[in-house]
Amino acid sequence: MKILTGNDLKTGAVVWWTGVGWSLDVNESSDVGDHGAAIIAREEGAQNVFASYVVDAEKTADGVRPAHIKERIRALGPTVRPDLTLKPADPDAINWVI
Amino acid sequence: MYKYDEYDQQMVDTRVEEFRDQVRRRLSGELTEDQFKPLRLQNGLYLQLHAYMLRVAVPYGTLNSTQMKLLGDIADKYDRGYGHFTTRQNIQYNWIKLEDTPDILAELAKVEMHAIQTSGNCIRNISSDQFAGAAADEIIDPRPYAELLRQWSSFHPEFLVLPRKFKIAVIASEKDRAAMRLHDIGIKMVRNDAGEIGAQFYAGGGMGRTPMIAPLIRDFVPLNQLITFAEACLRVYNRYGRRDNKYKARIKILVHELGRDEYVRQVEEEFAHLLTQPIEPPLAELERIKAHFTGPDFEQGLSDELDLRDPDFRLWVGRNTTAHKVPGYVIATVSLKPVGGIPGDASADQIRLMAQLGRDYSFDELRVTHAQNIVLPHVRKADLYTVWKALDEAGLGTANLDTLGDIIACPGLDYCSLANARSIPVAQKISERFGSAEKQAEIGELKLKISGCINACGHHHAGHIGILGVDKKGLENYQLLFGGSEGADTSLAKIIGPGFTEDGVVDAIEKATQVYLANKQGEERFLDTYRRIGMDPFKEAIYG
Ligand code: HEM
Ligand code: SF4
Repeated sequence: MKILTGNDLKTGAVVWWTGVGWSLDVNESSDVGDHGAAIIAREEGAQNVFASYVVDAEKTADGVRPAHIKERIRALGPTVRPDLTLKPADPDAINWVI
Repeated sequence: MYKYDEYDQQMVDTRVEEFRDQVRRRLSGELTEDQFKPLRLQNGLYLQLHAYMLRVAVPYGTLNSTQMKLLGDIADKYDRGYGHFTTRQNIQYNWIKLEDTPDILAELAKVEMHAIQTSGNCIRNISSDQFAGAAADEIIDPRPYAELLRQWSSFHPEFLVLPRKFKIAVIASEKDRAAMRLHDIGIKMVRNDAGEIGAQFYAGGGMGRTPMIAPLIRDFVPLNQLITFAEACLRVYNRYGRRDNKYKARIKILVHELGRDEYVRQVEEEFAHLLTQPIEPPLAELERIKAHFTGPDFEQGLSDELDLRDPDFRLWVGRNTTAHKVPGYVIATVSLKPVGGIPGDASADQIRLMAQLGRDYSFDELRVTHAQNIVLPHVRKADLYTVWKALDEAGLGTANLDTLGDIIACPGLDYCSLANARSIPVAQKISERFGSAEKQAEIGELKLKISGCINACGHHHAGHIGILGVDKKGLENYQLLFGGSEGADTSLAKIIGPGFTEDGVVDAIEKATQVYLANKQGEERFLDTYRRIGMDPFKEAIYG
């Protein structure tokens, strides 16, 4: 599947396109198919997000998994600071990245 | 320390208000990201992997305790409780919100700090010897010259849009502690045969994808021509540096392609021309700046005795302190590299503690080192044990300077959007494997430096051992390099062979240290043994 990521304009937070809006949770990503560029143009135009781009991902039993490690780290947070990731209480979260 | 005059303060304050307005216009949609990006970068605000990142300048790495305390407070108030000290003696915050940035810059301005010259194709924040003004081996304090260059280069209209970023380092001792020859311009303050102070210029060094050691371009520039000569160096670069290809745009490429001699000829020609239209600030300006660097009122006649009965303290004194120019004082380096820690990171509380120790025990001064540590430059030996105790209780008492535990590492793929691989986890594994006091005593000085991509922010080209993260079909992979150095004996490290996985690279380093220990003669460091016996024995042990 193809999903969209970007950064929230005000906070800089990493966000993912859900089909109707932006979420911090990569698992809420929707498949944008061929519409990535159009959604980016519209959303950046509306000044909601910036630096957005299309990412290859895979739908797994556990949720949406971006194909490249860079976006998986984006989705979770720094692997060296589990306390600052989106899943501070999950010791296995780092394995999902690697 | 330098104190802002009304012009300095006004410039910085004006800049904050200007940026406040730019941020307002961005948030209201008046400015697009394309329009805003160069404006935010000129104020130190990057976009990184997870969020905005703010890089705050620490001119020539010198801070007072009020400034340091504020760096800690900012980490708490606007970030997530910590900051990252960088190889260019600055600090970065990883989780900054755009809407907070004008307030942060306003708070910084109140203590004479800013984020100008921390990004973009301008002359960047100038770096220097972290022991300046304290080192027993310096001929003069290099910082007044660094400050003069800072004033000349800040907002210099001709050099705001250079072909590429431009980094200057200034030192004043034989022992280079600032990687001077790996800068676009390296300046070494020297004394000539007549006893006069002047500047030796090196140009065209750098790391990045094409590392180069800067050649000497002028042996002696008199003090009353310092700025004029720097201007000539920059002018030739600004005129002929390549703007068509950003990978070939640094001055190192120009000096390399023209050849050192031709670059020098052109600089001298430009210099002669500039001398006819005086642009040099009056020497009185240098004197005014120098008056800020007369140094603290050291007590005279203090004893050099240290009570070394506590074995942990003895170890730390042996590793982390350096001779001071005044008897009874010592330079103490605080390691930001606890075993298994994140190199260069410090929590808000740790930053404030160091600020307090700087205020109470180091004449209100602190330094950031290019090895991502903090220096208390002027500690009375009589106070050293108290200082160390306080540091140790806060997790800052690690005794590992210049050993395998004292790793330089860039943020890598954990934070950086340009990275190919993570750097920090590799540093953590190495420091866990080799960080014990026994291992350090056995292996001795070994400078290891890690970058997460070819941009070389982690100085891997200059590591006795360097590690470079690469992307191998979507997987993190690490190349190993041996033989770099950034001191007076600057050399560039060479790749030893095919890359490794994260665990593989740690094992390879273990084998390399075994080869070193088996071949070491006398007091040789790893680097000396490597230089003597060459790469083959190491390759054989690692790949064999
Ligand atoms: C996280 C954001 C960062 C970005 C986007 C970034 C980007 C870059 C790039 C593109 C270069 C190569 C420039 C060239 O060769 O023309 C570079 C070089 C360099 N950076 Fe960074 N960097 C970052 C963080 C850091 C950090 C954290 C440090 C210190 C730990 C640092 C210190 C340096 C140094 C020392 C060099 C090489 C010296 C030189 O040749 O200029 N950078 N950086
Ligand atoms: S070396 Fe590469 S990965 Fe490391 S901070 Fe610099 S740009 Fe990022």
